[in-house]
Amino acid sequence: MSATVPPSKKTETKKAGAALGQALLVPSLAVVTGLLIGAIVIVASGASVTKAYGALFAGSFGNPINFFSALQVLFSSGDSAPLLKAIYPFTESLVTATPYIFAGLSVAVGFRCGLFNIGAEGQFFVGALCSAFVGYSLKGLPMLIHLPLALLGGALGGGIWGMIPGYLKARFGAHEVVNTIMMNWIAFKFSDWLLNGPMKASGFRPVTPNIEASAELPRFFADPLRFNLGFFLALLFAYLVYWFLFKTTLGFEIRSVGANPDAAKYAGMNIIKNFVLVMAISGGLAGLAGSAQVLGVDHWVGQGFSAGYGFDAIALALLGKSHPFGVVLAALLFGFLRSGATNMQSMAGIPIDIISIIQGLIIVFIAAPDIIRWLYRIRSLKTEETVLTRGWGK
Amino acid sequence: MTHVLELQGITKRFPGVIANDQVSIALREGKILALLGENGAGKTTLMNILYGLYKPDEGQILVRGKAVDIQDPNDAIKNGIGMVHQHFMLVPVMTVTENVMLGVEPTKNGVFLDQAKVARRIREISDQYGLEVDPFAYIKDLPVGIQQRVEIIKVLYRQADILILDEPTAVLTPQEVDGLFKILQTLIEKGKSIIFITHKLKEVMHAADDITVIRLGKVVGSIDPKDATPEKLATMMVGRDVNLVVDKKPAQPKEAALVVDDLFVRDENENPAVRGVSFEVRKGEVLGVAGVQGNGQTELVYALTGLLPVEEGKIQLLGQPIHNANPRTILERGVSHVPEDRQRHGLILSFPIHDNLMLCTYYKSPFARGVVLQEKAIFSNAEELVEQYDVRTPNIYVNVGTLSGGNQQKVIIARELSRPTELLIAAQPTRGLDVGSIEYIHKQIIKKRDDGAGVMVVSSELDEILALSDRIAVMYKGRIMEILDAKKASKEYLGLLMAGIHPSETSNPQQEINL
Repeated sequence: MSATVPPSKKTETKKAGAALGQALLVPSLAVVTGLLIGAIVIVASGASVTKAYGALFAGSFGNPINFFSALQVLFSSGDSAPLLKAIYPFTESLVTATPYIFAGLSVAVGFRCGLFNIGAEGQFFVGALCSAFVGYSLKGLPMLIHLPLALLGGALGGGIWGMIPGYLKARFGAHEVVNTIMMNWIAFKFSDWLLNGPMKASGFRPVTPNIEASAELPRFFADPLRFNLGFFLALLFAYLVYWFLFKTTLGFEIRSVGANPDAAKYAGMNIIKNFVLVMAISGGLAGLAGSAQVLGVDHWVGQGFSAGYGFDAIALALLGKSHPFGVVLAALLFGFLRSGATNMQSMAGIPIDIISIIQGLIIVFIAAPDIIRWLYRIRSLKTEETVLTRGWGK
Repeated sequence: MTHVLELQGITKRFPGVIANDQVSIALREGKILALLGENGAGKTTLMNILYGLYKPDEGQILVRGKAVDIQDPNDAIKNGIGMVHQHFMLVPVMTVTENVMLGVEPTKNGVFLDQAKVARRIREISDQYGLEVDPFAYIKDLPVGIQQRVEIIKVLYRQADILILDEPTAVLTPQEVDGLFKILQTLIEKGKSIIFITHKLKEVMHAADDITVIRLGKVVGSIDPKDATPEKLATMMVGRDVNLVVDKKPAQPKEAALVVDDLFVRDENENPAVRGVSFEVRKGEVLGVAGVQGNGQTELVYALTGLLPVEEGKIQLLGQPIHNANPRTILERGVSHVPEDRQRHGLILSFPIHDNLMLCTYYKSPFARGVVLQEKAIFSNAEELVEQYDVRTPNIYVNVGTLSGGNQQKVIIARELSRPTELLIAAQPTRGLDVGSIEYIHKQIIKKRDDGAGVMVVSSELDEILALSDRIAVMYKGRIMEILDAKKASKEYLGLLMAGIHPSETSNPQQEINL
């Protein structure tokens, strides 16, 4: 073996930079490729790509020209209305991204422990219902108490909903994929009953009453801008999850159990305890996604409230490579795409489903990175393969 | 002189490494060529090129002087080249005949398998080359040595006259190794030519007609077995002088560290694996546990370290019972465990070196304060151990999976030996490692003994058992055949015990070994 020269600090930073670049390269190319193929589909359907993607961009970020002219208006006349209108699309994208961040974190934490939480959808629903209940049933509390209570309710509700399959796996070896799917159905049917019965507001529609103002996540701008504290709460939780996973002994255990359960057992870790803990945390985060949506945006819960956040969360965790910061980036991307898609439909007449196609393509490219590497002739660096879940045998 | 097979200037690059660099070797007709090299020297890559599993970047292959293009194993077989892999490619629930015909099934009337024809051919081959085997026995019922015969028959059935054997002796008892060498001798007498890949020095000198040594993907040189000594070969293989004998003072055994009393353990499939084992390991001595793989040693170690439940019996560590305690309790009482399967139990390959170096003590000071990991302490611990135990790595932040096998094992050794230890259990501590790493790890194990720890070494390599042990226990089918003083043990005697034969009880052991 030739003598190895100790690498200098500089080359080491460079290497870390290259690794990060590589980590971001494939997902970025996956997004670009997804959009390119989406363009082909749009052309094939006989529409204009520039018009469609122009509307998508305007719908997700807003029009930069409007933004600058609105700034001029603000400085010259002090009228903030045009500016609020100009930033509306951008803030709406962030609003859409907020539950995505929480839900993506939920699935990512599960993946880190080798568990596949398909139940984020149900946990989201339960979390939203619990938050709504705390939000409308308690009255006369100051916001500083009421809002945290409402959030806590959502986290606990989702957490318990996640912990049940975790416990069933730990105690009886029942696979979490099956159990979380079952728990989803229980959540859906149970909430149907609640919304038509005990939790139904007066009136004909099966919805909960509106929550008290003291339980609402405060909004930063006047209506119609719905941008609220939930977004920053989501970022805070992304950091907390990162800290928990990578800087604490509990996180170290979780990641060890996920990466190599045999070695974790050898090292004296309690695998069963970790399964229950992780499913509870994962469920709690999915529950918070529901809380953020109900307390920050809708202020009530109705049937079909969730709209697939829990299932998109699986894609987000994959796209973000199960890393909290990666999940935030992925959730922002989905937020912008979803939010822009509405505009694309109304302005360019492109069905909103095209976004589902693009999202689907991106997920395929992320799940099979060799397609992207082959397309763009990228040599694969031997990097860590993130273990997502193991098969049925374990 | 005719060369039945020649490789000329073979170069094979993988991203970042050159596995074979201008390698040229030649096999004489009717001879045995031993290809000697450490793990990772490029032997197996070279043979996979020859067998059509990889394509070389440069160079050519000549069979009987004619350049041939080998695209896949079928081409290799067409050219008369057959390979016996290190890990057998047999279907356990099928018979010998079914395994041999797999892929080249002859039929009667176009649809029915003609097993009788294949069985006849197998008997012919058996008689011709002295490869006795029952064509209708199921593979799962056959001992490993016989399974290897089936592999050889498979190759001969496909009419290969150049045989490649990849580490054929790794799984055999010493007597089975002798049997294999007899078979190889018969094969070359009948005109076959053989390439025999190994990293075991003594075997080569015994069996080969020519020896070619490979190091770091290059041919270091060829040597006549008559001129070779183990020291000379080791130096060629490693590139420096190697001390093949472990220097150790006589043991000074003190009180018992571990007492095992009538232990029964079932394996992961609930089959009885350890069936009534009793022994003790005293502080300051090395107890070697010898035996062919799969005779209960693995499960014995798992039970001692809490990875498998104890069905019956007692285990005491320093007078305290530890049977059915969880791994952490056992670890905290002062047991260090170098596990048999380093990639399954010993390491988390996708984690950096520094995390693997605190895998068992991450929750304790100085690595954690409360639940918060103390990165400074983790890093400095890693820097220290990497330096002290000579782990070859660019830095402590790379994933342990990127290291070579020898360096991965050094990471485990560093972690387990750096703790205060009352009892060290090392299972197959040097399996698959190069001579240089073996030398180093043996020294560390003896050092632990001299520091006063009890040491139990489980190994299927007799050389290792003899080099390290003060006393030797031989396991066979879940029981201990005998525990004897290492000074009085000979390889032959141990070999008989490993085959389940008590030398004093049988007059004609040879017969039973050949089955």
